[in-house]
Amino acid sequence: MTESKVEKRRFAMTRRRLILGGSLVGGALVVGYTATHPMQVAGAILQGGGSDPEPSVFGPFVRIGADDWVTVVNKHQEMGQGIHTALAAMVAEELDADWDRVRVVDARGNFRAYGPQLTAGSNSVASNWDTLRNAGAAARTMFVAAAAARWGVSPQSIAIRDSIVSHTGSGRSATFAELLTDASRQTPPQAPELKQPEDYRLIGTDRVRRKDTVPKITGGQVYTQDVDLPDMLVAMVAHSPRFGGKLARFDASDALKIPAVVDAFAIETGVAVVAENTFAARRGRDALRVEWDDSKAETRSTPELFRYYHEVAAGRTDIEPNVLETKGHPDAQFGSDVLEFTFDFPYLAHAPLEPMNCVAQIDGWDIKIMSGTQLVTLDQVHAARIGLTIPGKVDIEVLPAGGSFGRRGTATSDFVVECLRIARHTNGRPVKLIWTREDDMAGGFYRPMVHHRAWIELGPDGFPARWRHHVVSQEMVPIGGNFQNFEGITGSPYFVTASVVDGKIFSPSHPVQCGFWRSVGLSHTGMVMEHIIDQLARQARRDPADYRWALYQRAGAARHLAVLNELCLKSGWGSPIETGWARGMAITECFGTVVGQVAEVRIQEGRPVVRKVTAVVDCGIPISPDQIAAQMEGSIGFGLTAALYGAVTLKDGFVQETNFDSYPILRMNEMPTVETHIIRSANRPTGMGEPGVPPIAPAVANAMLILTGSPTTSLPILSGNALGNSNVSVRS
Amino acid sequence: MSYAIFVNGQIHHVEDDGQTPLLWVLRDTLKLTGTKYGCGVAQCGACTVHVDGQPMRSCTLPLEIVASSQITTIEAVEGAEAEAVRAAWLARDVPQCGFCQSGQIMCAVALLRTVGSPTDGDVDTAMSGNICRCATYNRIRAAIHDAAGTLRGQTT
Repeated sequence: MTESKVEKRRFAMTRRRLILGGSLVGGALVVGYTATHPMQVAGAILQGGGSDPEPSVFGPFVRIGADDWVTVVNKHQEMGQGIHTALAAMVAEELDADWDRVRVVDARGNFRAYGPQLTAGSNSVASNWDTLRNAGAAARTMFVAAAAARWGVSPQSIAIRDSIVSHTGSGRSATFAELLTDASRQTPPQAPELKQPEDYRLIGTDRVRRKDTVPKITGGQVYTQDVDLPDMLVAMVAHSPRFGGKLARFDASDALKIPAVVDAFAIETGVAVVAENTFAARRGRDALRVEWDDSKAETRSTPELFRYYHEVAAGRTDIEPNVLETKGHPDAQFGSDVLEFTFDFPYLAHAPLEPMNCVAQIDGWDIKIMSGTQLVTLDQVHAARIGLTIPGKVDIEVLPAGGSFGRRGTATSDFVVECLRIARHTNGRPVKLIWTREDDMAGGFYRPMVHHRAWIELGPDGFPARWRHHVVSQEMVPIGGNFQNFEGITGSPYFVTASVVDGKIFSPSHPVQCGFWRSVGLSHTGMVMEHIIDQLARQARRDPADYRWALYQRAGAARHLAVLNELCLKSGWGSPIETGWARGMAITECFGTVVGQVAEVRIQEGRPVVRKVTAVVDCGIPISPDQIAAQMEGSIGFGLTAALYGAVTLKDGFVQETNFDSYPILRMNEMPTVETHIIRSANRPTGMGEPGVPPIAPAVANAMLILTGSPTTSLPILSGNALGNSNVSVRS
Repeated sequence: MSYAIFVNGQIHHVEDDGQTPLLWVLRDTLKLTGTKYGCGVAQCGACTVHVDGQPMRSCTLPLEIVASSQITTIEAVEGAEAEAVRAAWLARDVPQCGFCQSGQIMCAVALLRTVGSPTDGDVDTAMSGNICRCATYNRIRAAIHDAAGTLRGQTT
């Protein structure tokens, strides 16, 4: 099972060149295509002198076995979004493989073999489109050449269909397995010919279905929570109940009296208790007596923070804004008929159903990690730092995640690092860090609190003439000037008629950690832009669809126009609806995917009821219509949860929403029916994990605007008193 | 203290504190990890098992209370309803992340064992205690109706 030759060739730093293991490896033909990302060069550095963690199994993206099965290696995080299916379909299409004999395995962390392993920004489909089609096409070319040589016929006369290689003239045929040895001796093509979209037999069909359903309906799927290693300990950590609090002192004497509690010790993030099982760890942690130093902690409450944000937006603090969008003279004075809009958004927790967790073991220079994590490459770097080793010594087994929505991808690798800090105390025993639901809810990396303030002047034609837009939000990562929280405003087609645009973001800094939350900046900018546009249409006495149509037309936003047209057609826009019901519309572009949604809403006992959502999506070439629909349905449920209920609030710095009783999640009886329509497209495909989220909140708010005449100025819609006085208008 | 519990048709002798939630006995002691921890306070339903045929939240059931009960987990739930539910779940590719699905399936099987042709209202009542953060609710609902149809077909 050694294949040093293969490994060496596979890791060659050749750009845009197929790298092939030219021999059978453990009965498998391995075909890979080097990642062409410039950071590939950094791979050698990151891996240092370390060896490939699993040279015989992981490395190339495609393997074809003697059993005739095609195995596609998924270098991304499967957290429910179905990425494994889309990636496998890219390979299978170009290879003309039998989809029923294609399986997917998850790659371990290996920068040199795969390039950066980062699952974020709904980018995995787009970023693998060339790599994996080329890998599939290269393998196909080699099987064709092998068959042509064996049968003494021209390659042009060879066809492949459902993993059967055949020669039409003679009727000869062979399986991949039968041709494996010959194919492996072929020279890999430099630039294999790719199919045209009209020739696709798999991509875009209903046959592209998930490969992981069976283990997920039998209880057999192993998540991080389920990992059980010999001699493994279970850890829980008492964290500071306030963000920015530091451990002052602790007394673990009662905890250590509990049977099966093994140890308790301070780590950077609090006090860790390790035990022989989960419940003992929990009881041990409950028995700790801990004092915290809150001298640098956040001790404010949510209403106070919003008042502060309003001051920031008004320019009454020393926080200097970052200019992110300008047109004309941004300092221009606005007239007295300016329309003013304000919006407040609370912190949001991701609340995946599997709370944060990680398994780690430190054995000398070697670190082993098992976790469902989005930013594997970054985790390797952080882990090496904590373990005082090199990233190449960090072996990460990436497990499917029980949801993530951005939470398992933080700039600090927070829960992975925490687990490693505990593992440094366990004398080589593996340790499984378990966060409770309460830990997870209070653990930060939230979608930031956000305040928007916009001033808009309409021209005589009723369209925006001047648009000033200030956003106040903490940064999610300390680089990039907070542009992520302006995405969805930047480059908006609604600015097309404006002679002045003045877009700024103010970035206050305080100890509550923020992070990427499904759809990132669009999770609030989508609401703001789409709810503003309906209010402007109302002001101009235009139908919201007509108003958008005119702006998209002038902006040359062809994809938005196509989505709008289809949306009007499929949703029955403009047709009568029962008394008490209204339709609301929203269209957003998120990570290159354009989504439009129309929600049918009524107000019942003071709260909106959404019975149906019609959705239209342009995500380029659709790979799996079934999974596109699944992500649309899920995104609508996720976005509606946030629109109706989502809020993490602070009282004197303490998180008030600690479990699902106080942080409600949309339930079965509240889920609208969803109808998904996919725009036919020959453009490169874009992602679906996030772009379905942003339109639902404004679609509902726009319907409510029709029903009540009142705009929505803060989320969640059903805030109760959670936000204190956040709905106080700052219009002056 | 030692407790004898009946899980998936077998008797197990468990040395544990009587207050230990059944969830952790199943997961940590018996290694039946198909039953998930999601909230610990009977709010999400990911830990649902059958206790004497009834769907119950194992995260809040102390070991000492269930020591004389018949417990069935996702790993062993069987019969016509379970088969129909699994087939329907597979046909519609219901799961996304999948973490809640053990609990969803245990609740759906229990529903179909008591109501042959559930209405949407019956589905709401039976399933609204189970959170799916991926919001696969529409496929769950459709799959339950599919499974009910399959079961009706089998009995006529």
